Parts: sequence; C-alpha cells; structure tokens
Amino acid sequence: MTIEGEALFLKVSGHPPSPTLPRKGGGGNVPAGLLAYALVAVVFVALAATVKTDDYVANILMQAATYAIAVFGLSIVLGLCGQINLAQAAFFALGAYAVGLGTADYRLPFWLCLAVGIAIALAAGALLGVSTLRLGGHYLAMVTISFQQILTVVLINAIGFTHGPDGVSSIGRPALFASGQAFLALAVAAFAISGYFVWRLPNTRLGRAMRAVRDNELAASAAGIDVFRTKVTAFALCAGLGGLGGGLFAGGFSYVSPDQFAFSDSIVLLTMALLGGVSSPIGSAIGTGLLILIPEWLRFLKSVPGLYLAIYGAAVILIVIFMPDGIWGFVGRLFRPRALAAPAPTEPLALRPAASGADVVLDVRGLAKYFGGLKAVDGVDFTVRRGEVHALIGPNGSGKTTTLNVVTGLYRATAGRIFVDGVDVTALPAHKRTSAGLARTFQNIRLFRSMTALENVVIGAEREGNTLVEAGHGALQSRARAALDFVGLGSRAHETVPSFSYGHQRLIEIARALAANPTVLLLDEPAAGLNSSEKKSLHDLLDRIAAEGLTILIIDHDMTLIAGVAEHLTVLNFGRRIADGETAEVLRQPDVVTAYLGAS
Amino acid sequence: MDFFLQLLFTGVGIGAVYALVALGFVLIFRATNVVNFAQGEFSMVAAFLMVVFAVDLGWPYWLAFAIAIAGMALLGAIFNLLVYYPLRNRSYLPVLISTIGAQIFLSNSVLALYGPQPQVLPGWFDTPGIQLGPVYLDSQYLLIIAVTLGLVAFQYWLFERTLLGKKLQATSQDKEMAALLGIPVAAMIMITFVYSAVLGGIAGILVAPVLFVSIQMGSAIALKAFAATIIGGFGDVAGAILGGFAIGIIETFGAAYISVPFKDAFAFLVLILFLAVRPQGIFGERVAEKA
Repeated sequence: MTIEGEALFLKVSGHPPSPTLPRKGGGGNVPAGLLAYALVAVVFVALAATVKTDDYVANILMQAATYAIAVFGLSIVLGLCGQINLAQAAFFALGAYAVGLGTADYRLPFWLCLAVGIAIALAAGALLGVSTLRLGGHYLAMVTISFQQILTVVLINAIGFTHGPDGVSSIGRPALFASGQAFLALAVAAFAISGYFVWRLPNTRLGRAMRAVRDNELAASAAGIDVFRTKVTAFALCAGLGGLGGGLFAGGFSYVSPDQFAFSDSIVLLTMALLGGVSSPIGSAIGTGLLILIPEWLRFLKSVPGLYLAIYGAAVILIVIFMPDGIWGFVGRLFRPRALAAPAPTEPLALRPAASGADVVLDVRGLAKYFGGLKAVDGVDFTVRRGEVHALIGPNGSGKTTTLNVVTGLYRATAGRIFVDGVDVTALPAHKRTSAGLARTFQNIRLFRSMTALENVVIGAEREGNTLVEAGHGALQSRARAALDFVGLGSRAHETVPSFSYGHQRLIEIARALAANPTVLLLDEPAAGLNSSEKKSLHDLLDRIAAEGLTILIIDHDMTLIAGVAEHLTVLNFGRRIADGETAEVLRQPDVVTAYLGAS
Repeated sequence: MDFFLQLLFTGVGIGAVYALVALGFVLIFRATNVVNFAQGEFSMVAAFLMVVFAVDLGWPYWLAFAIAIAGMALLGAIFNLLVYYPLRNRSYLPVLISTIGAQIFLSNSVLALYGPQPQVLPGWFDTPGIQLGPVYLDSQYLLIIAVTLGLVAFQYWLFERTLLGKKLQATSQDKEMAALLGIPVAAMIMITFVYSAVLGGIAGILVAPVLFVSIQMGSAIALKAFAATIIGGFGDVAGAILGGFAIGIIETFGAAYISVPFKDAFAFLVLILFLAVRPQGIFGERVAEKA
C-alpha cells in the first residue's frame, strides 16, 4: 500500500529534468508542473498521515524519506556542480545532533533546533566549499573526508557535550507532529518540498551556472559566472539539505549516536546517489529507496558481519563501471525527449555595447607575464579603438594567447595594466572582467558539452552587466535564439553540443560571446581547425559583426583572413611588440616579414 | 629530554610505515592519475595473511612472509584488472569512487571471512629491543625504519637508474605518447599496481606487531598516508616519504602532549592546514590548466 504508493509517486512526479527542454509555462503565474507536483505531493502526505502501517514499515519510510533528502543534497553538489563531497553523513549528523541535544538536553523547541541545525550545516558546508577556492578533485575529496573524520572523533570523544558513544535519547518532536504517523507525514512533506526544489534547480540561473562549472570551469568563468561562489553555494545547499534530513531523522527515531554518522554512512549516501543517477532527484529517490529496501529483503546477509557491506562495496564498483548514469540516467537515455521546435525570436540580435564616448575601448600598458623563468609576455602595449577590428599576430610562442589570457583574467599579470572602457580591470577576476564588457572564445573550444546550444548561449546572455536583456526567462531565451540565428544555427538550438561539427561548435562559442552584448569581442584563433569553406563563412560572420559596430580583437595565423578583416595589426615576437599600425603597412615592415611572414 | 627522544623514535618508526604506504599511493597516482582509496587495505590484507600462515597454521615466519607478499602481488594484479582498468579512460571521479568501493569490499570481505576479533602478530625478532642510552629502541621499529630506508633507496635506483623506471615514469606522464613510443602501457600500469600492493603489504606486515591486526588498520593508515602525500607535495616521491615521517612525528607528539583520544584528528587538522595554506605541499609544483 504505502510502499507501492511511494513507487507510484516516483513514476508520476514527472519526466527526468532534461536540460534539453525549455521550461514551459511562461504564460500563467504558476507553471503547470508545479500544480501537478503539488497535487501528487499532497496526496502522498495525506496517505502517510492517515494510512496505518506497522512500526517496521513506518521506520523504513522514515529512514528513506530523511536519507533521500540528504541524497538530494548530493545530487546538487555532485550531480549538478560536479564537486565531490564525502562528508554528507557529517552534515546529516550536525542536523541530527542539533535537534537531539537541543530538545533532549536544553529543552528547546523542535523547530528552533531544526533551524539551528540546518544553519550550522549550511555554514559548515559553505566552509568546506571555501576550500574549493584552491582545490578540486582528490584534494577536495580529502578535505571532505578529513572533515567527516574530525567530526566523528569529536562526536565520540567530546562526551561532556555530545554524550559520546552513548548517544542522545528522548529526542523531542514538535507538538503538532508528536505522533509517529504525523511526524512521518511531516518527513514526507519535507521530502516532497525539497524534491521539488532540486527538480527545478537545473533550469534556474544558479542551476545553469552549476552545470557550466561542472562542464568547463574556465569557460564558465569567462562567460561571467563566479565559479567560486557557485561552488560554495552548491556545498552549502548540499550540507543544508543534509542537515534537514538529519534533524528530521533525529525527531523520527528519537535516538542518535555517533556510529550512525560515520564515513561509511557518507559512502552509503554517495552510493544511493550514484545508483539512482546522480543528476536528478528522481534518481536520488530511486537510489535511496532501493538501497534501503534491498538490505531489508536481504536481511539474512547481515547475519555474517561484513558480508552485507562487502557486497555494497562490490556493487559500488559495478555501478560505476556499468551504469555510470545510474538507473534513472539509464532509463532517461532510453526515452530521449524529442527536440522541440524552437520558438521564433522576436527581434534580430542587437549588438549595442555601452558607448562611453571614449575612443579607446581596450588599453593594455606594459603587460608582462612570467611563468617562473619563462617570459611569455615581456612588456606589451597596444590599444584597441572602438568599432575597429584589431588583430594580434605573431609566430608560435610569441605570447599572443598568453596576452589574451592575461587580458581576460585567466592569468594574473606579472606587471602592467589593463583598461576596459577606461576602467582598470587588472586586479579583477575573470568573471568580473566579463561583467566589465569582455567576451571571448577559446583556442580549444570550450563549450558546456552536456547542454544544448541554446543553453550554452543563454549562459552567455546571462552575464552581469548585459544591459540589453531583462532577467526574464523568455527574454534570455529570445536573445540566445537571436544570437544563434546570427551565426546561422538557430534551427538547431535544442541539440546538445556533441552533435555539432567542430566548425559549428566554434560558431556556438561565438554566439555565446555575442549574446552577452560585450564591449569587446576577443577571438582566440577562431579559424583554427576550419576548412576553407568554413573559413569563408567565418570571414563573412566577422564582417557582419564588425558592421554592427562591435569592437573585435582577433588572434589568428591565417593571414588571408586577417588581412581581409583586420584594420589594425599588432605583431608580437618573443613576448614583445615588434610592430603596430594599419594592416597593409605593418605587413610590409621588414621585421614582421622576417619574424613571421617569410620572404616570398 | 629522554621522553622527547623516545617519542621521536616512536614517531619516526610509525612515520616510516606511513611513508611506505604513501609511496604506494604516489606511485599509483603518478602512473594512472588515480588516488587509490584502497591502498591501506593492501596493508591490512597482508597482515591478515601473515596471521593465517604464521600464527594459525604455525608455518615459519619467512615462509609466511613470502606467501603474503606473493598474495599481495596477485591482489595488486586483480585490483588493476577489476577496479582500475575498466575505468582507465574515464575521469578521475568514477575511478576514485570505484577505489572507495574496493576499500569497502576488501575490508568487509576480510571481516566476513575472518571475523571481527583483532589478532596479534609476533614481531620478526625474538629480542624485543635494545637500550641505547636513555632511549629504548624497539626492535620492530628498528626493522621498520631499516626496511623503509632500504625500499626508498631501491625505489630511487629503480626510477632513476633503470630503463624500466624510465618507462614507468614515461607512462605516468603521458600514457598516449608512451604507447606511441612502443612502451607497453598496460604492462607498466600492471607493474605499478603490483609493486604498490607489495609495498603496502610490506608496510602492513611490518607495523602489525606494533598495533593489533584489525579490520580498521588499513583505513587508519591509509588516510594518514594520504595526508602525508599531500603535505609532501602530491605526486612527489621524496615529499611522500618526508610527509609520512612528519605525520608520524606530529601524531606521536600530539598524542603525548595534547590528547590521546583526539590523536587521529591531528593528522587531518595538519592536512587541512596545508590544503588551506600550501596545497601543493612542500615539494609540489603548481600546475595550471592550459586555456
């Protein structure tokens, strides 16, 4: 009855949160999805509150609901944002002990304790997230494990405060939900609400930012996303959900002890996330349900100590090898939703960078970048004037891409200053320079591969400081579609990146930059890897962009293209500027010919 | 002062164990870019094999040692084939999680097969130790330090002076290029895993007489050895060894002068400190991604 109902709930609650579908419901105030979801949720909360089950079933449901909330947290930080967190049980513990100690020892009201627990977990998660400023990958895994281990040691040994291994009993519940049945209904409601939040998150601005960070951090940063803040937020949300689950867990079972929140429990939570499918709350729910029910069905395995966990460990390996997207990911791939026809844009792409009146749009003075003993850029000056197409050329290793990387903020300058529209951006991080009006493409194409062309370009359009777009979802989509139309890919807006050819991916990157309505467009070897007909199209595109009055700084090796589009040339060699001036003139200079062009 | 020296000796001794396990970590990481969370289980399994053969069956110590080492070589090979090789082309995250699964599988399999009781393994020597002035030098600790130094020297010779070592290094730096140059990459990786398992096994057998042989000993050692590699500079062999000794000393002094129950937390606190202040460790280099 209730168990089957739970399964039904999982099926009915909706399609996988597929990023390829644009969010419907721009019309009414309340999207249709919310209404359907709320209805289903209310039905199941009501069922949980009224249908009588025996204690055993009730306990299982309670554990499933609270664990699932914690696993939702993992689906955010790991599934959406791509950051590893092996301490979820620690955040669960923070919420559980806040409620436990608060209600049992200090006789504080349940809701207050739960709020405090969630707040502490949020703060701890943010703190852990701060470590991502410098670290990723294994280091991050290590920090999270350390945090988990330290918390376990504290829970066991700080006996005066935490009761040590004895645990905390007689944990209170709120007056309204004092009965087991009512509290279970509360847990299911919390599960439903947090599930909705996690379901909707991928298509919000924050969710898109997280997915961009997961797919390609450098590109996300260049597109204007504050990568660090996004990661910290992801960690905080994950931890907060863990704390919520833990607090409800404590209230539900009335007893907590340190051995329920050890490193192995963090692994259990991680396995639940992986088994179901780490990117979706439906996957989280499936994984949690299965990994709580299966052990109950296979309870005989627990008779031999270690056997059950050994199978767990083997299962983790098998899941990772054979089902990396989890059950729901596997199912999701079978039912790939048909790409919708994109709505027609309302108006053609407008490129109106803020005009400050100043003639000089980008001013680079005395720029230097040393990598230890290697002087990649050694005192380079140039200015780019509003509305011109300015090219930076030179032989390989002359420092062109390094210069671009320093200007856009990927590297910190060793010396020199950079001014965008008169504003000194030298000390700003990359995403802030994008807000200041820079937009770039990369030599090695950096798109967000799990997303559609449209979503990639929407991220570009969303940059702070883009005055041409109001924040509304429809307006962003419209502008993104217009940018894709401008480069000729509008009809394929809902296809994911891997289905585009290399040349077309280059165009999507350009569209992403254009959608941001930048002051200066910086192109790093846009012709690299293109065949001659693709280069011709690129030439035409650049002409069209220039005709809109947008300032372009382009690096490339194709001299035909450069001579065709660029009015002004700066030539670098060995990190120094050797020529600067009007194109035809510079190309005739003897040092330029010797260094780069070759005598014919 | 006497107490200080005694603590120092103990710290260096236990640090040598961490150094050996850390060495195994670093080797696997350099070859495959994988952090092997199951590294400690190699130590634990080897210790249990010794208990089975030397204690339960009563076979001669050296024979049991040989069997245990052979067993670890086999385990390393199987580990490579089942846990790493199917995932070798995926990103670090699936592999990391897979090694975590292996850690859980190995520790709980031993638990299921052998039971939860900690076991005692006698030391290598009959004489328990020698008194050198004010300091008592436990014979097993002396053995640990001696073997570790010997293995470190062997390691240096292998990597820097032999062609095989060069091939291993080439594989670890660029698998594709190494393959194009005719280096049998899969074989190199197999050798790395086997050697790392054996190193871990030796560490476990050496330290077992000093601690109890228990299911948890593997992860306890491994996490600290991992901390050691980070402190020393991830991927740096000398760093891992020095880091191991550092952690051993910090932990021993921390337990004696600050608090015994919180001893395990010290290694992690130091680790977090390093990660916050100098994530590339003492010897590591900062590596930037090419834009």
